[in-house]
Amino acid sequence: MTGQSASSFINIGERTNVTGSAQFKKLIMADDYAAAVEVARSQVENGAQVIDVNMDEGLLDAKHAMTTFLKLIAAEPDIARVPVMIDSSKWDVIEAGLKCVSGKPIVNSISMKEGEEQFLEQARKCMAYGAAVVVMAFDEAGQADTKERKVEICKRAYDLLVGIGFPPEDIIFDPNVFAVATGIEDHDRYGLDFIEACTEIKKQCPHVKTSGGLSNLSFSFRGNETVRRAMHSVFLYHAIPAGLDMAIVNAGQLDVYDTIDPVLRDACEDVILMRPVEGEDSATERLINLAESFKGKSKEDDKQAAEWRGWEVSKRLEHALVKGIDAHIVDDTEIMRAQIFEAGGRPIEVIEGPLMDGMNVVGDLFGSGKMFLPQVVKSARVMKKAVGHLIPFIEAEKELLPEAERTSKGTIIMATVKGDVHDIGKNIVGVVLQCNGYEVVDMGVMVPWQDILKAANDHKADMIGLSGLITPSLDEMVTVAEEMQAAGMTMPLLIGGATTSRVHTALKIDPVYDGPVIHVLDASRAVGVASKLLSDTLRDPFVEETSNEYEKVRVARAGKSEKALLPLKEARGNFYDAFLSDKPAPPLQPGDHLFEEWPLDDLVKVFDWTPFFRAWELHGVYPRILEDEVVGEAARNLKADADAMLEKIIAEKWLTAKAVVGLWPCARAHDCRDDVMIHLSEAKHIRMPFLRQQVIKSRDRANMCLADFIDPAGDWIGGFVVGIHGIEPHIEAFRADKDDYSDILLKALADRFAEALAERLHQHVRTDLWGYAPGEQLTNEALIKEQYRGIRPAPGYPAVPDHSLKPILFDMLNAEAKIGVSLTESFAMLPTAAVSGLYFGHPESQYFGVAKIGQDQLEDYAKRRLVDIAVAERWLRPNL
Amino acid sequence: MNARTKLEAAAAERILIFDGAFGTQIQNRKLSEEDYAGDLGLGADQKGNNDILALTRPDVIADITRSYLDAGSDVISTNTFSANRISQADYAAEDQVAAINIASGKIARELADEYEAKDGKPRFVAGAIGPTNKTLSLSPDVEDPGYREIDFDELTAVYKEQAAALIEGGCDFILIETVFDTLNAKAGIMAVKQLEAELGQEVPVMISMTLTDLSGRNLSGHTVEAFWYAVRHAKPLTIGLNCSFGADQLRPHVKALSALADTLIMAYPNAGLPNELGEYDEMPDTTAGLVKQWAQGGQVNILGGCCGSSPEHIKAIAEAVKGLPPREIPTPETAMRLSGLEAFTFAA
Repeated sequence: MTGQSASSFINIGERTNVTGSAQFKKLIMADDYAAAVEVARSQVENGAQVIDVNMDEGLLDAKHAMTTFLKLIAAEPDIARVPVMIDSSKWDVIEAGLKCVSGKPIVNSISMKEGEEQFLEQARKCMAYGAAVVVMAFDEAGQADTKERKVEICKRAYDLLVGIGFPPEDIIFDPNVFAVATGIEDHDRYGLDFIEACTEIKKQCPHVKTSGGLSNLSFSFRGNETVRRAMHSVFLYHAIPAGLDMAIVNAGQLDVYDTIDPVLRDACEDVILMRPVEGEDSATERLINLAESFKGKSKEDDKQAAEWRGWEVSKRLEHALVKGIDAHIVDDTEIMRAQIFEAGGRPIEVIEGPLMDGMNVVGDLFGSGKMFLPQVVKSARVMKKAVGHLIPFIEAEKELLPEAERTSKGTIIMATVKGDVHDIGKNIVGVVLQCNGYEVVDMGVMVPWQDILKAANDHKADMIGLSGLITPSLDEMVTVAEEMQAAGMTMPLLIGGATTSRVHTALKIDPVYDGPVIHVLDASRAVGVASKLLSDTLRDPFVEETSNEYEKVRVARAGKSEKALLPLKEARGNFYDAFLSDKPAPPLQPGDHLFEEWPLDDLVKVFDWTPFFRAWELHGVYPRILEDEVVGEAARNLKADADAMLEKIIAEKWLTAKAVVGLWPCARAHDCRDDVMIHLSEAKHIRMPFLRQQVIKSRDRANMCLADFIDPAGDWIGGFVVGIHGIEPHIEAFRADKDDYSDILLKALADRFAEALAERLHQHVRTDLWGYAPGEQLTNEALIKEQYRGIRPAPGYPAVPDHSLKPILFDMLNAEAKIGVSLTESFAMLPTAAVSGLYFGHPESQYFGVAKIGQDQLEDYAKRRLVDIAVAERWLRPNL
Repeated sequence: MNARTKLEAAAAERILIFDGAFGTQIQNRKLSEEDYAGDLGLGADQKGNNDILALTRPDVIADITRSYLDAGSDVISTNTFSANRISQADYAAEDQVAAINIASGKIARELADEYEAKDGKPRFVAGAIGPTNKTLSLSPDVEDPGYREIDFDELTAVYKEQAAALIEGGCDFILIETVFDTLNAKAGIMAVKQLEAELGQEVPVMISMTLTDLSGRNLSGHTVEAFWYAVRHAKPLTIGLNCSFGADQLRPHVKALSALADTLIMAYPNAGLPNELGEYDEMPDTTAGLVKQWAQGGQVNILGGCCGSSPEHIKAIAEAVKGLPPREIPTPETAMRLSGLEAFTFAA
């Protein structure tokens, strides 16, 4: 508009209004929301400052259509940046819309049509949701047509609203635009009445705004866009100075007043302003006659929006990714693929080349705060479409390759680590990866490392992605990495989440795991990282580059000091002062005890079922979990299946539970208070060195070491290994049957048998073999809660973090020969359903975590273990 | 005089002091699983469920609260950031939501009253409501951008349960904090409005947004200004920013909000940005020096600390701003102010 103060006038787009746009209506009716969203985008690109969304169509579920569309445009930052006008004649549709809009919208509309009570009720709700409101000039008697009625109704509504505390600046009056030039004389004043009412309403109702729906005005000229555009422009040209603040209008289809054909413009003004005309024809008749000559002269105004379509194809792909436009992505991807193919390239190069370049631009923009999350997610969706187009080509190419060279699709395990419940970031990375054709196994939140490793094995994952937001998660990620190492895994480990960093990854995680460890800065980088790791050609250089980079970080950090620890000497001085005369009496049955076939049914009685359900992601304490409202049914079904399988396991003797126990005389070493000398025989003495806490303690707490519970004047200690054999043939049968469920079920049950045997065996040791608690009567629940005297710490767990003590223990017990439990080179036990540990009988003995130790203890420990410092360093790295 | 007018009167006199972090203070106390679990017999590992400590180790929560009151806090918050049905479900502690909030409110109320009785200086209790880990504005599924994990009514009910218990526990205000999703905050406001209607009394709200990128937007994409317009209908007692980054990076956004909002400004940044190991190591004097600049610029009414801040930080802040005049509340021109992700003001 020229000659107007356009800045104070709002165009409200009406193209996302099923009553105002036939095209939009068609899209919504056809459920083509993707195209409908594009309509909104073009509206905003064309300058709409607010977009009006209306789904009032008899054949539509308006509430569903409204909320669906509002949620979809919320995911489009280019659209969502402007406020929304929720437009419906039905209050329930409006209210449903209000629940989906995150900014401050406008409600269009409410009125006094059904009386004051309902009007105020709806106004109060608008206040509670935080919305401005359009009030139609409508009362119990009907819609206001004359200037006087319009002003009178609006003033009454204003007084009512202000009376309930409605902010006057949040009120917009719509005094009803009606069609003019209908041939009915009564309608001739409608345009002018509206314009004059605006002036008067603004005078009588301070701070309010006025609005009108323009398309009604030119209703008589449906199909003649040129005339309609001219009428709208002329109307606005006169209404705005009179006080009209906003209008619902297709922002792309307004003419500049000065460029309208002067004859047409005059004719429009005569009609709208009721100017007296000369001659026999009325103003209306003149406009109707004139309109005929302007029919079909529609403008082509798509040019600027499509400019990027003329760019070179790789640029177009980048633009589509950055802008999140999926309209042409398949065509462009195909053009790119064909180009690369012509040049002798492979379809995968479209992904690794232009598409990844585009995603990297997205990543950089995101990283520097120029793009934000919803846009990135949007970009990922475009990426997915492009990749989806390429997959058949990639698959077809694979068909031509020899069997051995076909790579399987990548599978990624994603989990938020134990102790952390934040999963938004992880979910986003998950969907981004899925978009790119990776299979993502999302394990949810608070996932213990056992479940992560199990899932990685079960799914034969290509990599694991860990996420966490809170600082304690950093330690948990180190634990996962350590356990992956201990399990002999080699797959890449991806680290992400708000508190993670390249430096932490380099310093704390990378060193504890020999496989590739990659810190992923944000979701948009995940795909780049994953694709490189799974690429035949890019993997090795990328892994090496990252590893070198982390090494540099470590070198740079090496000089800086860690958290203060007590010197080992002082830590030893702050030992745990157990009352040693309370030590247990010598065992009733010292020496070695072999159990070649512990009755399985005896073990089932002491099963701790809670971890079993947790393994299946059913959280809750057994037996209460069976009655749980949410997971109860699933838990009951699972338990029934488990019981059925247990019955078979026992009846058909699928499994054999074996155990070996040793109870030996010992004494705390005289030369080092952290070592225990175990006297296997007159001639054979084993030094069992333990680690001592060095972290500075508060409140007089001791720096503990397991040796503190052993009397230097002579004492007793025990050791044990249990293993569950016989699982393999059954697992194989299940696999052959593609019966994953039974496979997992059996493994989970075997684990339960191992744990139950360890618990049951410990009890047998306390009451019979060692016999220091002969009268112990504990319920299964009390057993699970470890409410008994004495502990059974296991190598590799916090009190004895050094896994490498396992071979010593296994040798002392001759465990491999006796019960067939062996150790892998990284000290993992086979069969996997196995438990090993030491027995301490002192009543004050307790579990604790060694945590960080200093260089002094490392050197001292290496000396005591008779190994090089480098070897000890590898064993104890998690504690360094 | 009700709590709202009492706080407004105090804030007109001087810059008030809010408290600091609970999380890092609790973490420093190295509590065991048993400390967390107590004898509630809940079905999941409670370690990390800081909010449950109000029931299992109320002494720890009281001790931390006391340390902030000693450091000079005028307004203390309850340790209830995650004490809502959604977050507690991760700990199988949904049934404890009311109990946790009531207990937390009482701990803070009793201490606030004790300190007020001691020196006559008014103390206030803000019942803290976190954002939950669900978002109303974003889809977790990229293939289905219209999908939402939770809807407005469900989240409103979750917030209302918590707010009602906090008020029952004796809180003066409801603090809707660390708002990463603006629509979540709007559900929180709706919950408080429903509660007001049920109780037949005003429940003043304090609202605090958190930014997720340096350009000054929260996770749902709203700028500071757009956010203010989206929540202004709550007539909040305070509006502000917390968490986000450290005070240094938060500076331009506090300034922007301060110029816009016709209510009190409360800002409580993290103690700097976490270092590469995830630890906050900004020294109390550094934080205090940075927020003092806001005070000198007349941009704040209430100052405190978020992640990584300690009683020492709060003490340093209190000392740094002592005697500096509080921000004067501006009276912006009456205008229609709407927002999408960005603000839209329709000039009068």
